[in-house]
Amino acid sequence: MRIALEQRERTPTWMNLALPLAAVAATLVLCGGLIALAGADVIGAYAILFKSALGSRFSLAETVVKAAPLIFTGLAVAVAFRAKFWNIGAEGQLLAGAMAAAYIGALTTVPGWTLVPGMLVGGAVAGGLWALLPAILKLRYKVDDVVATLMLNFIMFYSMMALVDGPWKDPLSGYPDSPDIIPAAEFPILLAGTRLHLGVLLAFLAAPAIWFLMRRTTLGFAIRAVGENPLAARHGGVRIGRTVMLTAMVSGGLAGLAGVGEVGGLHFQVMASLSPSYGYTGIVIAMLARLNPLGVVPASLFFAIVMTGAEAMSRKTGVPVYLADVIQGTALICMIVALLFTSYRLRLRRAEKGA
Amino acid sequence: MPQVTAEPETRAPAPLLAMRGISKRFGPVQANRGVDLALGHGEVLGLLGENGAGKTTLMNILFGMYAPDAGSISVEGRRLDIRGPADALAAGIGMVHQHFHLVPRHTVLENLMVGRPGRGGRLDEEGARERLAQIAGRYGLHLDPDRPVSSLAVGEEQRLEIIKALFRGARILILDEPTSVLTPQETEGLFDAVRAMAKAGVGIVFISHKLNEVRAITDRVAVMRQGEMVATIANDETTTNRGLAELMCGRELTPPVKETTAPGPPLLVLDRVSVRGGTGRPVLADLSLEVRGGEILGIAGVSGNGQRELAELVAGVLQPSAGAILVDGRPVTRADPQTMRRHGVAHIPEDRIGAGLFSALPLSDSMILPLIRGKPFSRFGMLSRKAIDAFVTEQIGRYDIKATGPEVRTGTLSGGNLQKALLARELAGDPLVVVAAQPTRGLDVSAQEFVHRRFLDLRARGRAVVVISEDLEELFQITDRIAVMYEGRIIGILPTPEATVSRIGLLMTGIAEAA
Repeated sequence: MRIALEQRERTPTWMNLALPLAAVAATLVLCGGLIALAGADVIGAYAILFKSALGSRFSLAETVVKAAPLIFTGLAVAVAFRAKFWNIGAEGQLLAGAMAAAYIGALTTVPGWTLVPGMLVGGAVAGGLWALLPAILKLRYKVDDVVATLMLNFIMFYSMMALVDGPWKDPLSGYPDSPDIIPAAEFPILLAGTRLHLGVLLAFLAAPAIWFLMRRTTLGFAIRAVGENPLAARHGGVRIGRTVMLTAMVSGGLAGLAGVGEVGGLHFQVMASLSPSYGYTGIVIAMLARLNPLGVVPASLFFAIVMTGAEAMSRKTGVPVYLADVIQGTALICMIVALLFTSYRLRLRRAEKGA
Repeated sequence: MPQVTAEPETRAPAPLLAMRGISKRFGPVQANRGVDLALGHGEVLGLLGENGAGKTTLMNILFGMYAPDAGSISVEGRRLDIRGPADALAAGIGMVHQHFHLVPRHTVLENLMVGRPGRGGRLDEEGARERLAQIAGRYGLHLDPDRPVSSLAVGEEQRLEIIKALFRGARILILDEPTSVLTPQETEGLFDAVRAMAKAGVGIVFISHKLNEVRAITDRVAVMRQGEMVATIANDETTTNRGLAELMCGRELTPPVKETTAPGPPLLVLDRVSVRGGTGRPVLADLSLEVRGGEILGIAGVSGNGQRELAELVAGVLQPSAGAILVDGRPVTRADPQTMRRHGVAHIPEDRIGAGLFSALPLSDSMILPLIRGKPFSRFGMLSRKAIDAFVTEQIGRYDIKATGPEVRTGTLSGGNLQKALLARELAGDPLVVVAAQPTRGLDVSAQEFVHRRFLDLRARGRAVVVISEDLEELFQITDRIAVMYEGRIIGILPTPEATVSRIGLLMTGIAEAA
């Protein structure tokens, strides 16, 4: 017997569900090895991880809250990657959105009711513009988008730090963080006794909205066409530059909204620890979701569970909390391997047998 | 017939290659059914068949890309178990695909050494040089080992692919439509090499749609139809193009007739247009052209004399640096593909998959692309999947496109069906002007006939058609006038009835006739 790959005519529908699940299962098995190496009981450790993330009403709500920025950044990456605009910069765009929200939310010169919508619009625009920059560099000067978007993350982060450690420093706390937004700008809480805020609801609504955009609108069609074959898209009458710039705006805007939610609903200011790499995790999530906007929701929930659960597991079993990061990386690689099976099938070939 | 005493198998000289009873099924499609194929030492075997007849599947099985469901393959009487291209190569089977697999930045020599065992972990450059020289001497396949592949012409890249196969010890060489990318001169060079290889004992399977070439180069011709081998005949003076074509499609052929039409108003006018190339050098220089309704204008010329640029200019992909374009009497001010389409220009690009369709997306996406912004396919930016699917399903039926449905991945269609899909899409908007570049390249007889009928149909309905082709026979058959391009200009235009191969050929070399 030997194993060979054969191309498929079309991808069976069940695979869209089965592949990510298989990738997650493989990830948990592989990372189980690390847990064992750390001297803990694998099953027990995972049980603690999942139970602490899902076990109570409160922890469940916390996991959902954690998923919100991940959904936004996952969607941001999913949209951009469809157009083959390799936006690795969701992290920086998130921070741009967060800073815009923190700035607008602290304004006392405008009517209070305008603050929340202003933060949402301002944050999305800020994120969108920050993503537009590398898109224009790519279109006009053929600057590699991977490098440009990645580097812009650092520029944004350190610019933010320079601001909050300087002119934008909170005079009350004295720490390197921005002044708090005013109470009128704080996002409403949807469920008393939890931190489920408006931004979480918007994140869960954004997924079907982006699905609709990608599958049912001419813009989504153009985005997919440009990503698949820009030359054919151009011949067919799609304006490439316009499409890529719109893609960048939508993508960056979504990432910006992730930052808005964190500021308006959780932290009420910007500071160094605002985003524990939500932008980068968004890449893993988008891949795990196979760039399907609806798939981004379960993928985000999975990583939210891992992120919230890993700490409890670490406390109780002594397995280092960094396991959460290893799970992320491993999941990405497993999913990339699994993606092979969407276009190819495995065929077992019998050796040396007469007809 | 009296039975002659059968020779025991062991004493008969084993053929170089024998494929017996090969069957392969893909889902509902029986791609090969009990196919037998034999190839002798030093023999050139033509393999003919329409698109989808199973030639490619058969060759992919031979080259180890697919496992057959049934059947056996032997080389020189030895039964082989080919599980992948590596096994095929080890057994002396080499294949030159239509699309080359070369590393552009590497030199000729480096490309040859890719994947070859070196000497103690180091590349055996001297040995490779020596073998390359041997191959060059033996088969007349010369290439400078130190030139980067990116500087090679298409014909030279193909030569490198052939050398690569021989370099790896191929004694059986599959050439998959090798002439479809070549100029007539390059084709001659290829034929010389094929003859030299055959003389040295290499067995060659020559897959082509060009019947003239098959008759010129092969010893025997095997014809496949619907997955079966329907005939294997000796290529001699009794073999005709018509006979081969009818064997391939299994019916009598009636070439489309060209009705007389009265020329209508000029639908496409190019007035002294120039286009600058990447280096600033003009690729089209001061070119003027007029195409009337009810007319098919042919564009001939050695490839690379501005034909592609002319098509892209009319399609709006390239912008003129000077001059004016008029469609139906109206000047086109901002020439981009969307605007040209709105003016009623349809474009069938030379590179179907590269510039026309989306190989990884569903067929429906590929076929709806230029129409997507209009009703009923979208309203206020929202798509109507129902209208799109209905349209695509209808076109699949109308153009007899062999596809299981609108959702099938575009890239799984055969070349002829891809071209039909592109044609269906481009003609759906009822264009005034159609520009088609190499519209029948790589297509089989039936598909060629189909495309020609569509063009003649447009002509009968008073539309203007521009056909850019390197196939002079095609131009003689369907056009009203033939313009010849040379170095970015139109060097001469002849009414088709007055055009001869020699007159066109002279113009193609840049020698203008005295007016």
